[in-house]
Amino acid sequence: MPALLSISGLHKSFGAVVVADGTSFEVAEGEAVGILGPNGAGKTSLFNLITGALPPDAGTITFGGQDISATGAAQRCKMGIARSFQVPQPFGGMTVFENALVGAMEGAGLRGAEAEAHVLSVLDDTGLLLKANVRAGTLTLLERKRLEMARALAARPRLLLLDEIAGGLTEAECTALIETIQRVHAGGTTIIWIEHVVHALLAVVERLIVIDFGKKIAEGPPKTIMDSAQVKEIYLGVDPDV
Amino acid sequence: MIEWVNAVVQGVLLGGLYALFAAGLSLIFGVMRLVNIAHGDLIILAAYLGLSTTVMLGIHPFVALLIVMPAMAGIGYILQRGLLNQTLGPDILPPLLVTFGLSVILQNALLEGYTADPQKLNAGAIETASLSAGGLTIGVLPLLTFAMAIAVIATLQWVFYATALGRGFRAVSDNQDIAQLMGLNKAHVFGLAMALALAVTAIAGILLGVRTSFDPAIGGGRLIFGFEAVIIGGLGNIWGTLAGGVILGVAQTVGAKIDPGWQVLAGHVAFLIVLAVRPNGLFPRVEH
Repeated sequence: MPALLSISGLHKSFGAVVVADGTSFEVAEGEAVGILGPNGAGKTSLFNLITGALPPDAGTITFGGQDISATGAAQRCKMGIARSFQVPQPFGGMTVFENALVGAMEGAGLRGAEAEAHVLSVLDDTGLLLKANVRAGTLTLLERKRLEMARALAARPRLLLLDEIAGGLTEAECTALIETIQRVHAGGTTIIWIEHVVHALLAVVERLIVIDFGKKIAEGPPKTIMDSAQVKEIYLGVDPDV
Repeated sequence: MIEWVNAVVQGVLLGGLYALFAAGLSLIFGVMRLVNIAHGDLIILAAYLGLSTTVMLGIHPFVALLIVMPAMAGIGYILQRGLLNQTLGPDILPPLLVTFGLSVILQNALLEGYTADPQKLNAGAIETASLSAGGLTIGVLPLLTFAMAIAVIATLQWVFYATALGRGFRAVSDNQDIAQLMGLNKAHVFGLAMALALAVTAIAGILLGVRTSFDPAIGGGRLIFGFEAVIIGGLGNIWGTLAGGVILGVAQTVGAKIDPGWQVLAGHVAFLIVLAVRPNGLFPRVEH
């Protein structure tokens, strides 16, 4: 399968803090990839670089065969990259429906009845249909997390970036979320998922990438990665010699 | 007694003009948090564009709106994308300084182009036409101005809450970075907001020019009236802006009734009282 997203030699630092240190990896069309790493490892910065919220210091990002390293964030969304935020950031003054409608109209380029129908199906998928006319600023945490997902899906992304969307959810909520993500993935959407809730991640992804201090330190099938001594030491904080 | 009622009615109608001054200002601040110090001078620029159009083409000032509105909208879009977008950021000072500079440039350019002589737009018989009702005499022009203010504000409200353009305005106003990530081009959305604001300014400028004489130096005063109307009404509430304009207008006409010298002062006093009692204005937007 051809690579949908290809990252090569990506560098980004804020003064002495290096958030991407020569990071390179590829994600194939239709794949689901998980990203692990300790807090501050540069996972969220990686998403910011991919979506265009941050300009890289060096390196290239190729999406669908096109170099998008210098493309603006809005254009990248139209090309098919959408993300959810770890700390939900809805348009608080707008309704849930309107939040998703922005994604459907601006990101996916849908219009009129088609856009509205798409938004309704996305809200149904994410369990927000009954909250459609509620102002997003009044939602609970779980609902806000769902809205993050709904808004990103409304943009009909080819590549969906999920940033710790399972954090803070109850077991039942987490199971429902995993089902939604599996459904989206089965529909052909490529997914990159940053997550600390490892069992949720492993239920979906086919490959894991481990990052620490902006460097990719391991990459491979989930089982191999989770069993590797280096990952246990760096990510899980377990000393393998003990 | 009837004289006082008359003063209040005239004030309400005058408030329509102030609301038109304020509507563009409110829109610009609401969408991009830009305090436009040059707003008053842009109103005067619109009045002068109306003057040139009516003189050159020999058309009625209201017909000239068909030319001046798109012209001001075009100026707004270019101004926003070419200059003002570059000043917007976490620091609120650069846009203030740049629009202040723009105000000085506009005043001097108008002075150079049109001299300091007061000018007026000639709207013909409508300027002196009036209706009589229950002992009150109401001018057709102020009535038309007030109706125009309501129409403009209703239209803005509709654009904001029922169109894709308005959703874009609200999304960008809510969170610029997220809006970008959802596919909205911030620079373009801001350009459209300024274009819409200056189209409203064109209406305000033409109605001002028909109502009174104007010269290149009076923009500052219009800016103050616009600001006061926005703040009395409550930031972010477009109908509140109309109410703010009305309160300011009534204060001025009632003040003038007490003593002609008090007209402008009474408006400022009303503004200060509102600011002291309700610092967020009378009808602030409901916080979420």
